[in-house]
Amino acid sequence: METIILFAPLVGAILCGFGWKLIGETAAQWTATSLLFLAAILSWVVFLTLDPSAHPNGTYTVNILRWIESGTLSTDWAIRMDRLTAIMLIVINTVSALVHLYSFGYMAHDENFKEGESYRPRFFAYLSFFTFAMLMLVTADNLVQMFFGWEGVGVASYLLIGFYYRKPSAGAAAIKAFVVNRVGDFGFALGIFALYYVTDSIRFEDIFAAIPDLQDHTMTFAWREWNTLNLIAFLLFIGAMGKSAQLFLHTWLPDAMEGPTPVSALIHAATMVTAGVFLVCRMSPLMEYAEATTNFIVFLGATTAFFAATVGLVQNDIKRVIAYSTCSQLGYMFVAAGLGVYSVAMFHLLTHAFFKAMLFLGAGSVIHAMHHEQDMRNYGGLRHKIPKTFWMMMIGTLAITGVGIPLLYIGFPIGFAGFVSKDAIIESAYAGTAGGYAFWMLVIAALMTSFYSWRLMFLTFYGTPRGDAHTHEHAHEAPNSMLVPLYILAVGAVLSGMVWYGSFFGSNDKVGKFFGVPYAEASHGDDHAAEDSHGDDHADAGDHGKQEGGHGKAHYNLVGAPGEGAIHNSPDNHVLNDAHEVPVWVKLSPFVAMLAGFALAYQMYIRRPEWPAKLAEQQAPLYQFLLNKWYFDEIYDFLIVRPAFALGRILWKQGDTKTIDGGINGLAMGIVPFLTRLAGRAQSGYIFSYVFAMVIGIAVLLTWMTLFGGAN
Amino acid sequence: MGNILSLTTFLPLLGAVILALFLRGDDEAAQRNAKWVALVTTIVTFICSLFILTNFNPADTGFQMVETRDWLLGLQYKMGVDGISILFVMLTTFLMPLVIASCWDVKTRVKEYMIAFLILETLMLGVFLALDLVLFYLFFEAGLIPMFLIIGIWGGKNRIYASFKFFLYTFLGSVLMLVAMVAMFSAAGTTDIPTLMNFTFKTENFSILGVQIIGGMQTLLWLAFFASFAVKMPMWPVHTWLPDAHVQAPTAGSVVLAAILLKMGGYGFLRFSLPMFPVGSEVMGPLVLTLSAIAIVYTSLVALVQEDMKKLIAYSSVAHMGYVTMGIFAVNQQGIDGAIFQMISHGFISGALFLCVGVIYDRMHTREIDAYGGLVNRMPAYALIFMFFTMANVGLPGTSGFVGEFLVLMGIFQVNTWIAVFATSGVILSAAYALWLYRRVVFGDLIKESLKTITDMGTRERVIFAPLVAMTLLLGAYPALVLDIIGPSVNALVGNYETALATFEAATQFASN
Repeated sequence: METIILFAPLVGAILCGFGWKLIGETAAQWTATSLLFLAAILSWVVFLTLDPSAHPNGTYTVNILRWIESGTLSTDWAIRMDRLTAIMLIVINTVSALVHLYSFGYMAHDENFKEGESYRPRFFAYLSFFTFAMLMLVTADNLVQMFFGWEGVGVASYLLIGFYYRKPSAGAAAIKAFVVNRVGDFGFALGIFALYYVTDSIRFEDIFAAIPDLQDHTMTFAWREWNTLNLIAFLLFIGAMGKSAQLFLHTWLPDAMEGPTPVSALIHAATMVTAGVFLVCRMSPLMEYAEATTNFIVFLGATTAFFAATVGLVQNDIKRVIAYSTCSQLGYMFVAAGLGVYSVAMFHLLTHAFFKAMLFLGAGSVIHAMHHEQDMRNYGGLRHKIPKTFWMMMIGTLAITGVGIPLLYIGFPIGFAGFVSKDAIIESAYAGTAGGYAFWMLVIAALMTSFYSWRLMFLTFYGTPRGDAHTHEHAHEAPNSMLVPLYILAVGAVLSGMVWYGSFFGSNDKVGKFFGVPYAEASHGDDHAAEDSHGDDHADAGDHGKQEGGHGKAHYNLVGAPGEGAIHNSPDNHVLNDAHEVPVWVKLSPFVAMLAGFALAYQMYIRRPEWPAKLAEQQAPLYQFLLNKWYFDEIYDFLIVRPAFALGRILWKQGDTKTIDGGINGLAMGIVPFLTRLAGRAQSGYIFSYVFAMVIGIAVLLTWMTLFGGAN
Repeated sequence: MGNILSLTTFLPLLGAVILALFLRGDDEAAQRNAKWVALVTTIVTFICSLFILTNFNPADTGFQMVETRDWLLGLQYKMGVDGISILFVMLTTFLMPLVIASCWDVKTRVKEYMIAFLILETLMLGVFLALDLVLFYLFFEAGLIPMFLIIGIWGGKNRIYASFKFFLYTFLGSVLMLVAMVAMFSAAGTTDIPTLMNFTFKTENFSILGVQIIGGMQTLLWLAFFASFAVKMPMWPVHTWLPDAHVQAPTAGSVVLAAILLKMGGYGFLRFSLPMFPVGSEVMGPLVLTLSAIAIVYTSLVALVQEDMKKLIAYSSVAHMGYVTMGIFAVNQQGIDGAIFQMISHGFISGALFLCVGVIYDRMHTREIDAYGGLVNRMPAYALIFMFFTMANVGLPGTSGFVGEFLVLMGIFQVNTWIAVFATSGVILSAAYALWLYRRVVFGDLIKESLKTITDMGTRERVIFAPLVAMTLLLGAYPALVLDIIGPSVNALVGNYETALATFEAATQFASN
């Protein structure tokens, strides 16, 4: 079954991409889509039936084929199935299947292509290929296969961003995405090399087993000695930064919005960009013992969450607002992952996939209605024209801003998905950093999230129609193929937080059970030592699951050794426990921030629509700073892109042509006249002289050997 | 089947002789016959080489199917194949039919063109199979003559300059190698390569003109061979002949040059430098690693600003050969496995890329990047193929380009992390220049008037690319096809190298005590 899930999208991509001429465009699209629905349904079966306690370490592996084998390096194509993989499977395949379906409507007519051009099969083939690569990434049982998926999704992303190949901006954005990602891959690759160097393997199983021996181990890298685990974790995190668009390597994500909107929903919101978070969670046994790096991850995640939110405040392109929002939400996930509450990071990854894909697809529906107009300044009053889209966007907005009922707990909190998972992160941030930098950044970012999300809603759906009157007149609701995916995602955006609260952010025993990690009852007080160990195959594990955890009752700790279970916590990591015991004001803070953001947006875009323009004028430097995204693109262009080209030109003209060739030519000046004289006598001079030289060479060799033959 | 190696090697020569003796006239029919004779010859040669492959036992790390005969002047004719050389033979025989097929539209001096390629094939196979110094040298040097003719007669406008450059570089290198060979013969008293591989050349330090030569005789011999092979590879800074040669060479010539001729340098390092001069290699290894790292970064940057498609790909070849030399002189299993894999894979990929340039050069007669743009509008099949090989060139996992690069980097990381960092930065730069090229040529709207009537690839062109695509994917997904064959031989090579070094170190320690 796992193999079918993995390869169905690949088969779909091949059939659709190469077979459409035989079976027709529509049939090709249906082939790809139905194969993905098959994969999606099977993924849910796997996810719901997965019982980590039935397998050693909560993991089982399906081997497919040998891959790279060289000396002690040995890799297979394989499927590693555990809770992390299962979560990613449902995220990827559900969103991908829905996006396929949505694309029937969205891609039906496209002004970027001429009459009679067959672009649809190509689009569906790319989408399916992307899904395959993403599945390879999450099912890998070793780092190299993961790297395969990692780069594979990069290519798919490149192809899809550049899908409108006639647009120069699309071509530029595609290259940018690929090259910036490669900067991340550079770090990732070095991390893999370093891991192989110290553990002699790149299989997760072997790496995790070797972790305990590597604590306090150092290795030389480049100019100095490093703590091995910190170094490797950092290198791997560079890869995660690239893929997940974290600060400094984020510049490609907003530009990636050049691709068709379904692509943005699938790749640049729900799946590919979360690969970095997945990587950190997957490597949790390593990350747990790399304190310096995880501190950095928390710092960078919090900063990204803040930075991207500030930029999102002022963008006018509807897709760019959502893109920066994605960037910001990824920052949240990294804070959780960096703090060691991997389950919470995965929780937000899951809920975010639903509501963000939904927001993007909703935005796509708006863009579709408005004839590919993306500037929100030309929207307004659309809620009457496209009411279904409006309500779906509303649900998405309620989810992302985190609407719910604070402090009410009936076995799970009541609220939209974003409310549950985002609050979980903010509470963890408070617990993990003792109310430090990350906590405050995230709360402020929550305020801004609420502001820009409502700003988007108000500008688009409320007020009076702006921009081209003709376009507004013809604004029309999307076809059902586009609306049905929205309805399904809406279910996820509403319920996913509440349903899976216990599994991701419940007490340690529930989380442990869900992820297949052994847990043990901890004595109360400061001593967290395990008293009673429960293995993952422990028969009475269910009894403990019945107890309500996390609210001052029974305490459990995750006690697995590295590699036991899908995630790992070091013995002194209690963030998950502590997050449930934060002060009430902390629990309230994201809710208050959300309300404040809403109020501010309401004031500025409903009650006093003239305010934003005035404010932008008054605070012109700040506004320009934000509008130009903190000038990252300009700085990179100045510091990196131009110098690289200039250096290339210097090396070529000065290095190759002047110095090297100049030197050789100088040498040649002595020989050439001699050769040309010889050459003048033969038809093809140079060849003659060459043969001549060679014959002389052979003659010398032969003479030598006849004279001194056999001499020892 | 006792002489299967000689049979394979000289079959193309036989075809060339038949063409030379029996084909008369230069009309259309004669041209067609010449091409068919050449094509059939190369295909039969490929089939013969398949027998070599099936008879080959990877577990045996010695030379197999050895043929020894007396030759003139008391020399010996000796051929044999081992895990290091067999895949180069297969690469050559596999590519040559495609090369012949790619010049189907050539109209000038077709017969001679075919003869040149057939002779070239014999000489290239000879290089990889020869087990005697003199024989090797003959094949190695003689191979330049047909290549020379191909560039000089069928090349572009500036072919004279290019061939001159080519000549000067290789001549200098070869002279030194010749001197070294003479010295080896006088020291060991034989020209038999397997014997020389087990012979320990002197390693006592001595000084020339006040310069202390560490590793003594071995280092000098190593340097002499290095001069020849480094030019062949080509390594920075003796690489500048390659872009010019490529630009001037006809498409088929470029393919052979990039796909096979460059590999002779790498093969030479593996056959001579490492096994015969281990101490010399150890002494000079850091130099090679440094040059390789410089080559990767330097030529990638230069590739970024090229305006000529062929030049760009040529510079990219130099960068990729940087990985090869780096892998070889990392001297561990991953490094050398990776280097050989990279050479094989680069044979397919760079060959295909030059063919890609050839496809549009045949139509537009220009290689200027600026003359193109928006080709995807009229040439979707071409856009797909070019995309595929561009991605393979940047080392995308799943294509053969990845496996070689990855193994080399893995190998080098264990030796020197600085070098690894610089070399790994090549993955960023290669993506930049390759995609930048692709974008300028293929993407965008088709606005240039001259391109409005350009046609997509025909059946013949597609058939040529099909096997290359297949091999690139196959080796990317299942590299065991290559690694299983070379693994044991590489393992033995590394083992012998380390034993030799250990002996040397023990000896020097003993001496110093």
